[in-house]
Amino acid sequence: MIEVQHLTKRYGPTTAVNDISFRVEPGEILGFLGPNGAGKTTTMRVITGYMPPSEGNAIVAGYDVSSHPIEAKRRTGYLPETPPLYPDMTVRDYLAFVAAIKGVPRRERKSRVQTAMGRTAVADMADRHCSKLSKGYKQRVGLAQALLHNPEVLILDEPTAGLDVKQRSETRQLIKDLGGDHTVILSSHILSEVSQTCQRVVIINKGRVVAVDTPDNLTSRLRGEETMFLQVDTRGADVKPVLEAIPGVMHVSPSDVQGDLISFEIGSETGRDVRRELASAIVGRGWGLLEMRPLRMSLEQIFLELIEKEEPGTIPDGEAAATDATPAEETAHE
Amino acid sequence: MNNILAIAHKELKGYFASPVAYIVIGFAAILFGWFFVNLLYFFEQSSMQAGSGFNGPQAVNVNEMLISPLFLNVAVILLFTLPLITMRTYAEEKRSGTIELLLTSPLTDVQIVTGKFLGGMVLYMAMLSVTVVHLGFLFFFGNPEWRPVLTGYLGLLLMGGCFLSLGLFISSLTKNQIIAGMVTFAVFLLFWVINWFATFAGPTMQAVLNYLSITEHLNDFARGVIDTKHLVYYVSFIAFSLFLTVRAVDSERWRG
Repeated sequence: MIEVQHLTKRYGPTTAVNDISFRVEPGEILGFLGPNGAGKTTTMRVITGYMPPSEGNAIVAGYDVSSHPIEAKRRTGYLPETPPLYPDMTVRDYLAFVAAIKGVPRRERKSRVQTAMGRTAVADMADRHCSKLSKGYKQRVGLAQALLHNPEVLILDEPTAGLDVKQRSETRQLIKDLGGDHTVILSSHILSEVSQTCQRVVIINKGRVVAVDTPDNLTSRLRGEETMFLQVDTRGADVKPVLEAIPGVMHVSPSDVQGDLISFEIGSETGRDVRRELASAIVGRGWGLLEMRPLRMSLEQIFLELIEKEEPGTIPDGEAAATDATPAEETAHE
Repeated sequence: MNNILAIAHKELKGYFASPVAYIVIGFAAILFGWFFVNLLYFFEQSSMQAGSGFNGPQAVNVNEMLISPLFLNVAVILLFTLPLITMRTYAEEKRSGTIELLLTSPLTDVQIVTGKFLGGMVLYMAMLSVTVVHLGFLFFFGNPEWRPVLTGYLGLLLMGGCFLSLGLFISSLTKNQIIAGMVTFAVFLLFWVINWFATFAGPTMQAVLNYLSITEHLNDFARGVIDTKHLVYYVSFIAFSLFLTVRAVDSERWRG
């Protein structure tokens, strides 16, 4: 449904997007993940026909956006990073205007506007001026605008930015519902959100595709080892050599020491379950096993790992660091 | 065509939803009224003098002495009001990001530019319609010729079209509507005074400068003459400005 082939976009001397290729199947929801400035918005702007690519092409619903822009745009709904609202217009007038320029036949406009307002839950603000809306409402009116002409393809640039926790989960649900009938690309730098909503994830960094896979595959692919968290009441004994002697255990690192209570992170070979051996070794020596749980690698860690792998030796700088904010921190920013 | 009308309608709504339309029309009404009253007094005096001359009453022509100069004075009003109409057209869309909506909708650049131009023209016509009232008084109490009045309006429409298309182009070059307004005003002024130097210039330069002056071409229209020379000037001026606007919007895409 959407095909991006060797897409490159340069702004003067800087290359924002460098030879990106990926496909999105009909009905699929694809997550577009990357730090700020990675080239997400630029890629989306090329797909929506806002700007032409420097090299390569983007094909939307069978139409090349460069050679058949009108046909491609007719089939695309786009929510830019900042919702494109006219402050002086009421929500209803605004959506009616969008319906007109998107080519919705005059007879259907009223009902389409009504439906879109219903789906995005903005109907109660229909006669309010766009400038008077809260951030959350603005974002949802922007979403309504993208859905209005019932496009085959939806490009959503950070659709949940500025929403509160409840609106965010509602929007996620709405996007999930849209998948199937519509092909969706959504960008985000909130990783948990992408893993909840999308079937496939494209991770990009510095204008290049770093990984394309399902969230689950990404998780397992990157875990070269299983990690286990252990808390042991050692009663004064030296536990570390005992644990290290267990076959399959690769390394043991104490992470927290409170008197006799010591926490360990234990790395073991993948596919080898060492939990029984660990438990019996500890309990058999009369120590207390207080906690044992597997540590799963979160998408966030994967993400950082991918980015670091990309440039060995460098720690992700300010831009990338912004992306490892947990959802809780994200909410706190707003 | 529907797309053009949709854009024009939106533009027009935008003017009336903000103070722009009311300021433009109000300002034009006050200034035009002032010009009208002044010229009317002047005309009244001249006709009294002409009526009591040594050689008996002389004929005075209301078209020549009142209406024609009045039309030329309207150019002053346009100088101040039309930048207000055009300054936000593109600058504001670029600043607020709504340009992304327009450029990702199934519209061509020509449709967007034409729609915006049309919206501005309709507001300009609303502004001009105020002057119809004043002229109505002249027709009610006197009997001026109506043909020069019509050609005068045609000239004003074309001249306003030039200013509007030029303003649209300038607005498409910046994100800042204040800058767009100031530059538009300055450029209008330049096109207005460009032939002041004509008197001192050589014959070739004089012709060129006179030809470039937007207001110079209005004179014949105000006198009731439709000369193709002026029509060609105005129409090609508008077309060229709109073309430049389309190119400016397109080049912005490439630069990002």
